[in-house]
Amino acid sequence: MKQGGHAGQFAVSAEQALDGTDPLSFLVRYVGRTLTIAGMEARKLLHDPTELLTRAVQPALWLLVFGQVFTRIRAIPTGSMRYIDFMAPGILSQSVLFIAIFYGISVIWERDLGILHKFLVSPTPRSALVVGKAISAGLRGLAQAIIVYLLAVLLGVGMDWRPLPLLGVLLAVMLGAGFFSTFSLVIACLVKTRERFMGIGQILTMPLFFASNAIYPISIMPRWLQVISHANPLTYQVDALRFLMLSGGTTSYGLGMDFGVLLVATTLVVALGSRLYPTLAT
Amino acid sequence: MPILELRGLTRKFAALVAVNGLCLSIQRGEMFGLLGPNGAGKSTTIKMLTTLLPPTAGTALVDGFDIVHKAGAVRRIIGYVPQMLSADGTLTGRENLLVFARLYDLPRGERRERVEAALGFMGLAEAADKQVRQYSGGMIRRLEIAQSMLHRPRVLFLDEPTVGLDPAARRAVWDHIEELRSRTGATIILTTHQMEEADSLCDRIAIMHTGNLVTEGTPGELKASLGGRGTTLDDVFIHFTGSNLETGGTYRETRRTRRSVRRLG
Repeated sequence: MKQGGHAGQFAVSAEQALDGTDPLSFLVRYVGRTLTIAGMEARKLLHDPTELLTRAVQPALWLLVFGQVFTRIRAIPTGSMRYIDFMAPGILSQSVLFIAIFYGISVIWERDLGILHKFLVSPTPRSALVVGKAISAGLRGLAQAIIVYLLAVLLGVGMDWRPLPLLGVLLAVMLGAGFFSTFSLVIACLVKTRERFMGIGQILTMPLFFASNAIYPISIMPRWLQVISHANPLTYQVDALRFLMLSGGTTSYGLGMDFGVLLVATTLVVALGSRLYPTLAT
Repeated sequence: MPILELRGLTRKFAALVAVNGLCLSIQRGEMFGLLGPNGAGKSTTIKMLTTLLPPTAGTALVDGFDIVHKAGAVRRIIGYVPQMLSADGTLTGRENLLVFARLYDLPRGERRERVEAALGFMGLAEAADKQVRQYSGGMIRRLEIAQSMLHRPRVLFLDEPTVGLDPAARRAVWDHIEELRSRTGATIILTTHQMEEADSLCDRIAIMHTGNLVTEGTPGELKASLGGRGTTLDDVFIHFTGSNLETGGTYRETRRTRRSVRRLG
């Protein structure tokens, strides 16, 4: 048979491919693949960074216009904290949310082309694809964090610059972005078309933002809205950031609770997303 | 042992039977063409064989691995080029290849080398660092084929590899597919609308119609089965499917094809 030599060569490469089933090497490969996906998304962003700049407009408007005005009229009871200080972590959370919640659009786009199919045919675990995307949403979130930090400094917000709280901010932003982007991926898997997704995305963003402690304390809300706000992961992200970002920041629920809720919520949507993601290709 | 064995492969979507009890054996090293009008079930068959879609009944073995129970093993030994545009336009050609080199666990020391070799082989070395959105349709297709071959699959699935390409680009893609097969000995399964393509490339052909396998054989055998002088594969196709070559497909399919044609072209 003329292809004999080649067949042998294939057999070797397949055996190499099939070994390494022990948990440690599986884990190493799993992390490697997740980072490959995240790294790919980061490269796309670097090829076209204009997106990052246009994304800066919205938080700038909120902080410079809404924030400045409401700081003057003192309409919202924020205790001893200046309103602009109170609001800065909320606006960071909001801008992360607004980017992450439309992540499903790119998922549907990749499906309408054939990119998704090619990834699903590769031996990459589905959850590694989903987590990789979540991490890349986190990277975009961090770009937003830099912008919000710059604006906050301009507005004289007292920021906490110690390394450990900064690390905490990084983690809270990554988790928040990871949760909402994967939540968005789950919706994309369910609705499957761009038109339907846009409708649902728009319906979701504002309620998620307003039913949270992002720009006013939950205590001034009517009872029913308080209940919804307490079920909203955004609330816990804002709470963690309000403690970590500001010098003299405060937390209502404690960091343990904040990160606990974010971690559990993210794990749940990742598990759900990993199950639904392959159905997009059918 | 055949490298690909379909055993009563069936897929239903609600009331529609998209693929109906397909039985086929494909030998190692063959170039096999799956033909049929739109809606015949070609793409559904390919999706099942590439583990994207679970069969409703029946199964298939890819080099002995069951596509349902050993999907992970199957994924390691197959390559797939979807009909639609599957290279990422915002990445460069080289980046597109490197991502897949990593996802297929190519040894770290070999990745660069294999990527460079693939770029060279597909005639993309000069364009390697350009974003794919600047590529021509033919270049994109060649890049996609390079992507699917990096891990040296034993079976390569090409879904409509030349759709939307002009004749020169189509010819170049054919030449590369031929060359690829003779160099690697991989089994290649392709779907196509173009009888000329099937005739010149494929060792054997199967024609599907409304989910059923209606005939299979070498192009020569199929033409001979109709008798008569100057019989072409077009005649065979029309004889077995009862349709002309322009059935059109649904609105959604048309929109998709046109869009990818526009993007590729």
